Amino acid sequence: MSPPSGITRATLLKDLRLEWRSKDAINSMLFFSMLVVVVFSFSFDPNAEESRQIAGGLIWVAFLFAAVVALNQTWARELRNQVLDAYRVSPAPANSLFLAKAVGNFIFVTVLEALMTPLFIVFYQLRALGPAWQLLVVAMLGTWALVVNGTFFAAMSIRTRSREIMLPLLLFPISIPALLAMVQATTAILTGEGARFWIVLLVTYDLVFTTGCLLLFETVLNAE
Amino acid sequence: MTENAPVISVSNLIKQFGRFAALREVSADFTGGKLYAILGDNGAGKTTLLRTLAGLTRPTSGQVTILGAGQFHEVCDQVGYMAHPSLLYDEMTGMENLAYFARLYGIGDGSRCVEAIRAVGLDPELRRPVGQYSQGMRQRMSLARALLNDPKILLLDEPFSNVDIHSATDMVRLLARTRAQGKTVFVVTHQASLLEGVADEFVWMQAGKIAGRTRELKPPEATA
Repeated sequence: MSPPSGITRATLLKDLRLEWRSKDAINSMLFFSMLVVVVFSFSFDPNAEESRQIAGGLIWVAFLFAAVVALNQTWARELRNQVLDAYRVSPAPANSLFLAKAVGNFIFVTVLEALMTPLFIVFYQLRALGPAWQLLVVAMLGTWALVVNGTFFAAMSIRTRSREIMLPLLLFPISIPALLAMVQATTAILTGEGARFWIVLLVTYDLVFTTGCLLLFETVLNAE
Repeated sequence: MTENAPVISVSNLIKQFGRFAALREVSADFTGGKLYAILGDNGAGKTTLLRTLAGLTRPTSGQVTILGAGQFHEVCDQVGYMAHPSLLYDEMTGMENLAYFARLYGIGDGSRCVEAIRAVGLDPELRRPVGQYSQGMRQRMSLARALLNDPKILLLDEPFSNVDIHSATDMVRLLARTRAQGKTVFVVTHQASLLEGVADEFVWMQAGKIAGRTRELKPPEATA
């Protein structure tokens, strides 16, 4: 058998190739977040200071909802033609599949963030008063928090009849601590306050949930 | 394992789906190097039996021993499984699909994929994605995927469905060659006549039980 890292890499490359050819996830995410940015910018007309206060919440809620689109797609393509069964009968470890899916979703959501953040900056006239590089750290940690749980709960909900509804129902409540930390950290950096506490909270959240998901994923994969 | 020792043993196998019993105390031994045709009406339990042998369905009670192991995962690299759906990614070519699945079995050598595709009578150079294949080509590519790891046991669910008679005959010849190499082949099918004169044993299932096993294509009550 290939080492687990080799299987993770092969599965990740396969997912990137499938997404490149179909563009199912990235197109839906982009349109959805663009709509959010435009609709919110017309709904509110904040000044620069107000923008700094609300931008963190707006950005992360938009990314959270957009990420759900990608997360639903992740497993949908494994259900078509029951391809997941081919993985299940193979000697490949379950966690390699989980990590590949989580990293793939991380890449998709990061691409979305990279494309949408300039739009947010323009529409809300944002300028960070605190160290702007910390926004990158918050974005990485926050995105991982969303996708690691999202990938796990999307796998849990694939066999349910109304999986598109089930995923947000499972994911959103458990993401509240991470979402709170992301929003507070972003706001703190934009307004020039310290974000250290929230970043530590995000790191802890990521470690705990990544470990939990890795421990439980095999059970989820083989559940009937 | 001795020559005539069973490669697969099932004892008192029960599988319940809610109140419906798909398998009712199925017990049987299957010796190696033979081709078994599993026959029966819709709902007789053929696919459930095959999925249980492939470790995809957990029995409610009872025991499956496959190549001497009590757990499918201990021997999964020696088993090939082909389901009714293709278990292939529609957006990728046949060669890309097989190269990915080969990695799951630790086969890094592309020549094995070429060999498997040629064995089923397809062209490894075909650039079309599997989604654009005819149903017959898809079935053959699916068989190539099942043969990829050179398995000792081949579990095939409806391999001839929607396949034209010439392709089906070619597939039967390939299965006969596979059996001649000392491998054990299980074929769930509604087109039993294709296997007449080729199968070593016909296993008749009815209402979740094995109603009888015959050497010729005659239902057990007709032979009695």
